[in-house]
Amino acid sequence: MQRYILSRVIQSILILFGVLFIIFFMLQLTGDPVSLMVSRNATPEQIEALREEMGFNRPMVIQFADFITGAVVGDFGMSLRHRQPAMKLILERLPATVELAAVALLLSLAIGIPLGLLGGSNPKSVWDTLARGAGLMGQTIPNFWLALILIVVFSVNLGWFPTFGRETYEFMGLNLPTRSVILPSFALGLFTTGQIVRFTRSAVLEIKNEDYVRTAYSKGLSENHIYIRHILRNASIPLISIVGVQFGYLLSGSIYIETIFSWPGLGNLLAESIGNRDFALIQAIAFFTSLVVVALNLLTDIAYGLADPRIRYGD
Amino acid sequence: MILEVKNLVLRFYTFDGVIHALNGVSFDLEAGETLAIVGESGSGKTVAMMSLLNLLPVPPAKIEQGEAIFYDDKGQVDLLRTTKQERCRIRGGRIGYIFQDALSALNPVMTVGRQISESLTEHLGMTYAEAYKRTIELLKHVGIPGAKQRYKNYPHQFSGGMRQRVMIAIAIACNPKIVIADEPTTALDVTVQAQIVDLTRQLQKELSIAVIWITHDLGVVAGIADRVLVMYAGSPVEISPVDDLYENPRHPYTKGLLAALPRMDQSVRKLVSIEGAPPDLLEPPRHCQFAWRCSLVSERCWQEIPLPVETGPRHFVSCFADP
Repeated sequence: MQRYILSRVIQSILILFGVLFIIFFMLQLTGDPVSLMVSRNATPEQIEALREEMGFNRPMVIQFADFITGAVVGDFGMSLRHRQPAMKLILERLPATVELAAVALLLSLAIGIPLGLLGGSNPKSVWDTLARGAGLMGQTIPNFWLALILIVVFSVNLGWFPTFGRETYEFMGLNLPTRSVILPSFALGLFTTGQIVRFTRSAVLEIKNEDYVRTAYSKGLSENHIYIRHILRNASIPLISIVGVQFGYLLSGSIYIETIFSWPGLGNLLAESIGNRDFALIQAIAFFTSLVVVALNLLTDIAYGLADPRIRYGD
Repeated sequence: MILEVKNLVLRFYTFDGVIHALNGVSFDLEAGETLAIVGESGSGKTVAMMSLLNLLPVPPAKIEQGEAIFYDDKGQVDLLRTTKQERCRIRGGRIGYIFQDALSALNPVMTVGRQISESLTEHLGMTYAEAYKRTIELLKHVGIPGAKQRYKNYPHQFSGGMRQRVMIAIAIACNPKIVIADEPTTALDVTVQAQIVDLTRQLQKELSIAVIWITHDLGVVAGIADRVLVMYAGSPVEISPVDDLYENPRHPYTKGLLAALPRMDQSVRKLVSIEGAPPDLLEPPRHCQFAWRCSLVSERCWQEIPLPVETGPRHFVSCFADP
């Protein structure tokens, strides 16, 4: 297992270098960054001076080496707009996005697993219709549309939740989420909920016909015991890979949802930095997102090994 | 008598039509005896046994008629008409089941020890610690060395024979009255087969359990059974004490089966077989199901279904041709 983890870590590092490579050369493809930074009536001398100052007149290889050495220690340069280090801005926005993503994932699991289990265990019942409906709608309803509807219904008409923004409750030095997170996380987790319902349902349908489930019945165990200890435990194996991928997607920040709810997270920052052509910040966010996804994939693989004893790698 | 099955009729309602899986199966079982059920694939051996514990998926399976009286310490129960609670109490608690393929019949992500101990906590109300102790004893009892380490292992870490021993431990964990062994040796090689057969016999003696042993290996039958039930196309054709069956088979199908056994003391060029194939179970039985393949077939065999006739002590045959 240790050897497996080590080789996966090395693999992940290589992937991240690839990501850095792509991020760097994508920037070059967009043309001369300096021309975007200066005002339209700048003189060629001013442009040349800025190029000199930013180091864009050096050979490409040197620039790339410089970029990599900075990136390794988390230095992506200064945000052109904010006049602050790009990484610092990301870290400031990170708690809001983590809060949103974590609540969205918890909501998806709390809704998706029980609904999928009920649907899969009673096919063609009312629960099953509900589960299939939820799975389909969750994956097809556009989340930005649902977000607007949620705001109209629950914030504007009923007044249960704030229409936008993030409020936290400070308790023992921690910023705890308040009800302001409910609507955006529900809208953000909608797709994930649909996927979890569908996967749980189909896994349960398949697993309940397995021989070992029949053995469990032959032991005289109760239905609840069989569903939780035998069927759900086995169904959790395919679910882990979904949850890993989906959490990466949720954590990388949703531009739509964060913009609609004015949620001060990474997605909002990305939307803003694209609008401002803030290259250092875009690069930093792109790298950070890849880092999160790669790290979660690694964790998923490890969790997989823990959940399924048959693939404890290299034992 | 501990179990009495009378006229069990079971059908599967599928897209292709109605499959007449069991057409009036009757037999009884004495406490502590071993009854072997033999017959080719599709003859209804496994279906009959699974229906006793309600292990068949409903639908497609449907029990049309019959009864299966189980004589328990707490009075008699019809296994085909049990309540949910009775079913849970009887399954595992009073009747244990050993499945054919132990690899797929054991949960791959649960430790072997836990799979044995969970029926102890469920049926005997043991605490976790008591169940652990008892499970270690059971693992030792079925001949698994290093029981304490093995408790924490998963099924894929066991060999085929060891897995079948675990299945046996699960089946006998709660001191059942009956153990149904559904071809427990089929997937094993011959030496391991012999070990499993010996183990079952030894446990049966120690714990005085009645065993129903489903097999199509007549060699195994001779070694373990007290009585034999021969099934063909969902109907019992002959039931007899084991010695009588081998010496004096009455039904043409039984005779054919015994004739088809290769013998060590004769050199054979060609293996003997019964001509033809079993009937299509989609057709409802209207006459003797063996008539198509029978060499002694007469007019009557095409018109009526033969009923069991006693031709010797505890020896019943369903055949018109039998004198």
